[in-house]
Amino acid sequence: MSAVLSLSGVTTFYGAVQALRGVDLVVNQGEIVTLIGANGAGKSTLMMTICGSPRARDGKIMHHGDDISAMPTHEIMRRGIAQSPEGRRIFPRMTVYENLLMGAHGKPEASLGTELDQVFTLFPRLKERLTQRGGTLSGGEQQMLAIGRALMSKPKLLLLDEPSLGLAPLVVKLIFNAIRELNRTTGLTVLLVEQNAFQALRLAHRGYVLVNGSITMAGTGADLLARPEIRAAYLEGGGH
Amino acid sequence: MLRDAALSALVAFGLFGPMIGLKTEVGVAAIELIYRPIAVLIAVAAVFFGRLALLAWKSTRPVAKAAPGRIAGGMAYVGRYLTPIVLVLTITMPFYAERYWIDLGILVLTYVMLGWGLNIVVGLAGLLDLGYVAFYAVGAYSYALIAQNFGLGFWTCLPLAGILAAFWGVLLGFPVLRLRGDYLAIVTLAFGEIIRVVILNWASLTGGPNGMSGIPRPTLFGLVFNSGGGEGSFADFFGLEPSISHRVIFLFYVILGLALLTNWVSLRLRRLPLGRAWEALREDEIACRALGIDVTVTKLTAFAIGAAFAGFAGAFFATRQAFISPESFTFIESAIVLAIVVLGGLGSQLGVALAAIVMIGGGEMFRDFQEYRMLIFGGALVVVMVVRPRGFLSGRTPSVSLGTKRKIGADLMTEGHG
Repeated sequence: MSAVLSLSGVTTFYGAVQALRGVDLVVNQGEIVTLIGANGAGKSTLMMTICGSPRARDGKIMHHGDDISAMPTHEIMRRGIAQSPEGRRIFPRMTVYENLLMGAHGKPEASLGTELDQVFTLFPRLKERLTQRGGTLSGGEQQMLAIGRALMSKPKLLLLDEPSLGLAPLVVKLIFNAIRELNRTTGLTVLLVEQNAFQALRLAHRGYVLVNGSITMAGTGADLLARPEIRAAYLEGGGH
Repeated sequence: MLRDAALSALVAFGLFGPMIGLKTEVGVAAIELIYRPIAVLIAVAAVFFGRLALLAWKSTRPVAKAAPGRIAGGMAYVGRYLTPIVLVLTITMPFYAERYWIDLGILVLTYVMLGWGLNIVVGLAGLLDLGYVAFYAVGAYSYALIAQNFGLGFWTCLPLAGILAAFWGVLLGFPVLRLRGDYLAIVTLAFGEIIRVVILNWASLTGGPNGMSGIPRPTLFGLVFNSGGGEGSFADFFGLEPSISHRVIFLFYVILGLALLTNWVSLRLRRLPLGRAWEALREDEIACRALGIDVTVTKLTAFAIGAAFAGFAGAFFATRQAFISPESFTFIESAIVLAIVVLGGLGSQLGVALAAIVMIGGGEMFRDFQEYRMLIFGGALVVVMVVRPRGFLSGRTPSVSLGTKRKIGADLMTEGHG
């Protein structure tokens, strides 16, 4: 297995506040890796640091053997990395179709047939809503749109920031199933940031636990799920 | 209800007391102060009963709001038929209108063009620019300076003026890349003033407050327009009676062509990835970054293209007036153009054109009322913003569609938002 993405000793600051304290993390080809942690642990910061905004002050971020920690954000995103950002951030006044096109890096509409088909097979709901304004979709549909939009650039590595945020359990299940399906059929590598530790660890091959900007635990999904300290900290009352 | 009316009357008293109640008049020795309690009483009573009547009228009306879908549908319907009608009326205008009206038409079209240009920056890319007039000034002075110092004609200078304005657009763009909303507005406002003040004080180049005169007029494939006719003139070539109105009509078609070019380019751009990126940038900058859009380039192109059209309009303004001075490029011009864009509905091409007709044409109509002009003007602005807070026509047509186009109604647009 070769590493698609590897972080070593990454630290990030917001002004004087240190958000990440030397994070080491590896994502291998074809894996689903999840990063779990409480509110404010630095999960989204880690995600954004990979994308170069904010920039890592120390440490190295390697993508397929190249150091991307100093690259401009748009160049990082054009290396086959796509992100579905925290809070979905779809374009509310643009239609579903326009939102999807925005994910395709300005490629001409006519050449996007296969990408669109892939998104519609994964989320048939989006096809029904194609001419609808993004802001009028339900939360779950907006999440589908955010993931679909990210897939339009045919990424090799998909970064998902809290896709379950504010969604009903059934919808979360649907979205997680879609991620699993995508990984299984196309071999897409996924880095998933989640607060919903139970679902995320069940989905992922491997997991990391982030506390106060440092990785405190790492292991396979099943391994982490079985650990008592994880159960106590993240799953109390959250398990099904 | 009574309490509400009494409160209004109290506010009115506070306002009108000093404003109406006290009047100064030049007396024998010095200025005398005259008290007018009756006038205040009348004004306050008018507010009291007016408020009462308004409340009574409101209470008799059902609470239900008018169906927004119907209004939006009606507007879309009107828009579809209004566009060709307005266009035909405009193109045929020189055949039926008098000289005064054509002159007014040229003025309105200049503002339509500026409005459409600013619409790219404000309406599409969502970058609030209060210094748009700076690029208008750059265009006008570029043409005047190049024409006078190098003897080039209007048609050669027109693209140069546009390019120079676009260059200044990029120059403004760089420092404000990281700014948004209010902060951006302040910096662009300052930029507009800097350009004006530089023009005003660089007297050796620009003539300072005296302005520049004798700016050459445009020609039609080398044919000049002048009142005397003679060899090589338009009238001579076509065997017409020499008349100054030929030039006015020619200028009218030049600005009409330029305005339509602006419109065509912005409609075209909206359908290209760049235009879509502008709209996405307006919606959510962070999402744009996450999708790998180069935000820097996207913003700078919006500034540059918007500025280029202002540059074209500026060059036209210079050639039409044959005289320019810094007075023509004050902040109020930026404000008027921005008001046109906001009144028309951000992003709506037809709305901007209608707003320009109302604002500029209407302003001319009320010239007879002298001091009440600004009052009527301001009142009209307030009424429009209350009745249609998103502008005359503010729907948004998706830039791409499958089969039928579905207009996004005005009621779904964000209010008062860049």
